[in-house]
Amino acid sequence: MDLLQWLSAILLLSGCALGVIGGIGINRFPDFYTRMHAAGVTDTLCAGLFFGGLMIHFGLTLASAKLFLIFLFMLFTCPTSTHALAKAARHSGLVPWTKTSGVEQGASK
Amino acid sequence: MILAAAAIAILVTMLLAIVRALLGPSIFDRMLAVNMFGTKTVMLISLIAALAGRADYLDIALVYAMINFIAMIAVMKYFEYGTLGHDGETTEE
Repeated sequence: MDLLQWLSAILLLSGCALGVIGGIGINRFPDFYTRMHAAGVTDTLCAGLFFGGLMIHFGLTLASAKLFLIFLFMLFTCPTSTHALAKAARHSGLVPWTKTSGVEQGASK
Repeated sequence: MILAAAAIAILVTMLLAIVRALLGPSIFDRMLAVNMFGTKTVMLISLIAALAGRADYLDIALVYAMINFIAMIAVMKYFEYGTLGHDGETTEE
């Protein structure tokens, strides 16, 4: 396990750890808008670390270029789709949860 | 070994997304979970490309990312305007 494999392993595992944290967050947050924050974490940063780790794993080949393109595509489209989701939710009258209102919209705890 | 651990972590995240998709009270929670599931599928496919050592699986991952995005936008348009639009008609706000 030389340095590059260590670096790839660290990036991969930290990306996946962020993914699991985002997954847990999407289940624990009380409201749709707060859950979007958790899902947003897993969309961009987790994918970024993950694809960085895979790029190092593949080395300087065509596969790394493809991985970079996938990451670039996801970097632009995930926030856009999250925005579309928020806009549709807001227009359909989904009221954001506030500390005072305390309405627990299906939080699992 | 590291790739197998990463695959298990991604499968766990997908499971959590499915749990939220089933539990989610509002349809937007479900759409959020489905979107997250799709993102994780893209990562799983690229992981399988690394495991199998075949770089041409990455094209599948790229196409899947695009389809995930298009599907998300189409469903959002349907949720918001109630229709995907008829021939020759523009959906004004």
